[in-house]
Amino acid sequence: MTLLAAATAAASSADDPSCYSRLTNEWFCRQYLQDYRSEIVDATVEHIQITIAAVVLAVLIAFPLALVARRLPRLESSILGVSTALYTVPSLALFPLLVPFTGLTATTVVIGLAIYALTILVRSMLEGLRSVPDEVRESATGLGYGATRRLLRVELPLALPVMMGGLRVATVSTVALTTVGTIVSFGGLGNMISDGVLTNFRAELMTASILCVVLAVVLDLLIVGSQWLLTPWTHGKAAAA
Amino acid sequence: MTVLSDAWDYLTTASSWTGEDGMLQLMAQQLLLTGTALLVAMVIGLPLALWLGHLGRGSLLAINVSNVGRAVPTFALLALLVVADWPGTREFGPYGRAGLATIIALTLFALPPIITNANIAVREVSPAVRQAADGMGMTGGQKFWRVELPLSAGLVLSGVRLALVQVWATATIAALVAGPGLGEVVTDGFLRTNYGKGIAGAIVIAVVALVLEAVGAFAQRMLDPVPRTTVRKRRRGMSEAAPIVAEKADAVGP
Repeated sequence: MTLLAAATAAASSADDPSCYSRLTNEWFCRQYLQDYRSEIVDATVEHIQITIAAVVLAVLIAFPLALVARRLPRLESSILGVSTALYTVPSLALFPLLVPFTGLTATTVVIGLAIYALTILVRSMLEGLRSVPDEVRESATGLGYGATRRLLRVELPLALPVMMGGLRVATVSTVALTTVGTIVSFGGLGNMISDGVLTNFRAELMTASILCVVLAVVLDLLIVGSQWLLTPWTHGKAAAA
Repeated sequence: MTVLSDAWDYLTTASSWTGEDGMLQLMAQQLLLTGTALLVAMVIGLPLALWLGHLGRGSLLAINVSNVGRAVPTFALLALLVVADWPGTREFGPYGRAGLATIIALTLFALPPIITNANIAVREVSPAVRQAADGMGMTGGQKFWRVELPLSAGLVLSGVRLALVQVWATATIAALVAGPGLGEVVTDGFLRTNYGKGIAGAIVIAVVALVLEAVGAFAQRMLDPVPRTTVRKRRRGMSEAAPIVAEKADAVGP
């Protein structure tokens, strides 16, 4: 009798081994990854799309702003001031404030995140352009470089390391902030986190949290790698030093 | 655009401010949370960061702490703490539901700007000044209290100010995981498709954030023992990839 009971117990546990069931509700669960695979992939893809769209938008806006701020020092303090003020607004407040204009769409999240990334990027771009030594700029002019060619061929490459530093910071914090987009139902992995809280689903919550951090690290490494490829002259110097 | 007039109506209705779960009460609760977490983070972070800075160490700690703080989503950490067996969603004194979980998360996210800025500030005190202090026969303690701390106070305080704004922002997110504070107005509004209410809450949160930032900037100026004019930023060598600007600016983390 006891044997039979043990056998059925074993059978049922083999039949229903889900470590994410209500009763066990484990934090780490391989079965969950298999069963919910498509949901996890969808959320991750949405997360990546929102993050990249926001960072690209921010770069496209930040670069002209940085050039304007450098050219017109009088505008510099107001550009930095306004972007810093926007940066001060908490994300959970900024997304709702954009809703009247862009609705409950992914656009709301992308614009909100771009505003935050913008602040970091404008500062680092300005800092980067300033890090180009005056002598270098003067030699370029002396060699007959026009303003545009000097910017593209001389200043931008030299400013790249500092600018890329800003891009790394902006990207990593955007990955983390995308989760808050769940307030308008476009939070990528954030949607999984809020669902995990609502339904007390530990495996879902832990998986989404870990994926967020992994995503941040991967994107950071990708930027470091592309910087390494874009600035070949820094390797030789590092080796010599 | 009707949501905007709805929001205005919500803001101008007295009953949305007063009473249990009115916005005034929630604001007081969130300010209390923010203050507590900031205080705890200062007690933990400042001595450590300043002491390491005095020894000329801690660059690795400062960089790593701020990197980790940036990569871990506040929302995820809050969610993990709330769903865990401890601290969970239990009531905690005046801090309300999930109070303990919220304070722990807020403190952890206040630490990076405080530690990073304080450590960098002390380490960046000019070696010439340190040598002068040594030459005058100051002991290590005297050198720290009379030379390094006054000279670095501005940057240390700006770290605390960044942490203040950051903690306020994070405290708002606590509402997404059923925690206390003003974020509740936003999440409740959006959950019940009462967008006017949600946007009204967002406006209040944003205004308080800007006020805190302004008060912080004022307090920083008052408390800084070395009067500072707006010095033009030092030029940095082009080979210096790590942007100090990131350390100082990003920590506001919304």
